Amino acid sequence: MGRVEIRSVSKKFGEVRVVDHVDLATNEGEFLVLLGPSGCGKTTLLRMIAGIEIPTEGDFVIDGRVVTDLPPRLRNIAMVFQSYALYPHMTVYRNIAFPLRARGVDEGTVRKKVEWAAGMFKIERLLDRKPRELSGGERQRVALARAMVREPSVFLLDEPLSNLDALLRTSAREELRQFQRRIGVTTIYVTHDQVEAMGLGDRIVVMSQGKVRQVGTPLDIYQHPADTFVATFVGSPPMNLLEHDGILLGFRPETFLPADAVEGSEGVATYPFEITYLEYLGAERLVYGDVGEKSHARHVVSRLPGSLNLPLEAGKTYPFAVARRDLRRFDPKSGLALPGETA
Amino acid sequence: MKDTVHAARPGGGRGGILDREGALAKLLIAPAVLYIVAMIGAPFVLAVLYSLSDATTGDPSLHLVGFRNFAAVLEDPVFRLALRNTFVFTLLSQSIVIVLSRILANALLKPFRGKWLVRFLILLPWTAPISLGTIGWLWMFDSIFSPIDWVLRYLGLLGTATGLLGPQTNMYWLGVPGLAMASVIIVNVWRILPLATVIQLGGLSSIPKDLIEAAEVDGASPWRRTLMITIPLTLPIVSIAFLFGIVFTFTDLVVVYVLTRGGPVQSTQVLSSWTFFKGIEAGDLAQGAAISLFMFPVLAVVAILILRMARRTEVV
Repeated sequence: MGRVEIRSVSKKFGEVRVVDHVDLATNEGEFLVLLGPSGCGKTTLLRMIAGIEIPTEGDFVIDGRVVTDLPPRLRNIAMVFQSYALYPHMTVYRNIAFPLRARGVDEGTVRKKVEWAAGMFKIERLLDRKPRELSGGERQRVALARAMVREPSVFLLDEPLSNLDALLRTSAREELRQFQRRIGVTTIYVTHDQVEAMGLGDRIVVMSQGKVRQVGTPLDIYQHPADTFVATFVGSPPMNLLEHDGILLGFRPETFLPADAVEGSEGVATYPFEITYLEYLGAERLVYGDVGEKSHARHVVSRLPGSLNLPLEAGKTYPFAVARRDLRRFDPKSGLALPGETA
Repeated sequence: MKDTVHAARPGGGRGGILDREGALAKLLIAPAVLYIVAMIGAPFVLAVLYSLSDATTGDPSLHLVGFRNFAAVLEDPVFRLALRNTFVFTLLSQSIVIVLSRILANALLKPFRGKWLVRFLILLPWTAPISLGTIGWLWMFDSIFSPIDWVLRYLGLLGTATGLLGPQTNMYWLGVPGLAMASVIIVNVWRILPLATVIQLGGLSSIPKDLIEAAEVDGASPWRRTLMITIPLTLPIVSIAFLFGIVFTFTDLVVVYVLTRGGPVQSTQVLSSWTFFKGIEAGDLAQGAAISLFMFPVLAVVAILILRMARRTEVV
């Protein structure tokens, strides 16, 4: 139960193709994250899986059944909206009971299930309150409980953490992940926050301009980006791109270190690094500067661990290096990763 | 140096009237207070005084006679009929308005070509003077030239031996008691409908789209969504539309006055028309004032309800 297949789905709003021939399939019980900048079509894709939006082309298959033409209520999916969409005139109890009552579940079972879901999210004491009397974090839990109470085959989440403050977001992320592991329901999660995506996803789908750029584990996406978009969208600061001999060389800021600190069995690439600006961030130091002379793509960033206590000064040039195994190669025209990992 | 200080503080060093919020508030609220005292407070006090006097249009001097007028009004069978008619007229037309405006608002919510024009046409009756519109309806209900009758005859419902509505050639809308009340209600519905539709439209479009979509995903059928989400969420604003409609209808004189003058045989007589006929046309100011004061408790209750509803919409 809980396998979603997306078969060559497109969605046009007027002349704009918001989702462009997306093919995708989830594994059972998987936590799949759709990651991309705003306007990349990830939310539209999620809404089409839910059935709120109808695709222009293509099909959706849930557990072997084509659901493209089915209304949302016949798909057995649950969705948590970015705004939580709690029914403002109902108590928390009635909010959570709503999906059950809509299915004609008898009141005894409704009571049992609501209490089960409320217990799972530790909101038993809020059952008699109205949504407006709840804090942001409490509302989010109610929305999750309402979605989970009917035991759906697929669980859809549209940026459910974006309305929480930063501190709450971290703990909510951890809770969400543990909870999903425990229940084992296939989950599709939309976010523009790469930290959330990396932390939550079994696999990440990176989208841009309606197209899927890469599907892979967080490690894959980070270590072996499929193209320059993924390379620069994931990671903060993004992957450095350096023009060299007609190709783009990519390397993560944390692999670009003072030459003395770099060792590589396959050798190192050393560059004179002219520092323009330094940022001290506590646990780390960000060093901005230029490499080489002729090429126009020569601005790079180095991320040094705070423990590396090296005297560096803006305006001076130091030898910096990358291990060859950390170099990635991209075609400068298409932006696609080139085979052959090292340069 | 002095100049630069002034330049930095437009309106003078101590601030003009615009900077003193207390005084500004009083100034801005004064016209409203003046209006209420002059146009509502004074006439109301006058009405109470007249109702306790024996004033006529010929001799409007105040000579208090106690509650005699109220006793006389209550004993009058026409008054009791008018009281009943007022409630029938108000409640029936408002119920129809609520149902029709809901349907119209739902239709107008969907995007379609020419939506602007349709909205404009629906609002038109509200912008036209009531008396003008009602005079138009007078022709619609004419005993001989009624276009409605013409359509009914064309459809074979009227004027033939087998016609559903009878063999006579005309309905005589304003000449038969039941039909006359129906006509008055139709015109009133026509008049109030635009406002109610606009209010309902506002209520419907204020429901976040997320909520409807969440209900869809939660498995609610269209009926369930309407009953459990849309109606409860628009209830406060619809109640306000309903209560305003009641005030407009309860106190309306023009529709009855122009169409039927309360006839035939007082069957469409309502409190406001009866007040006018008794107090102005028949000249008995005292009894007219007494009749009109019978509207006061109903309107007071409605006003209180409106205020409470308005508070509820603020909270949700």
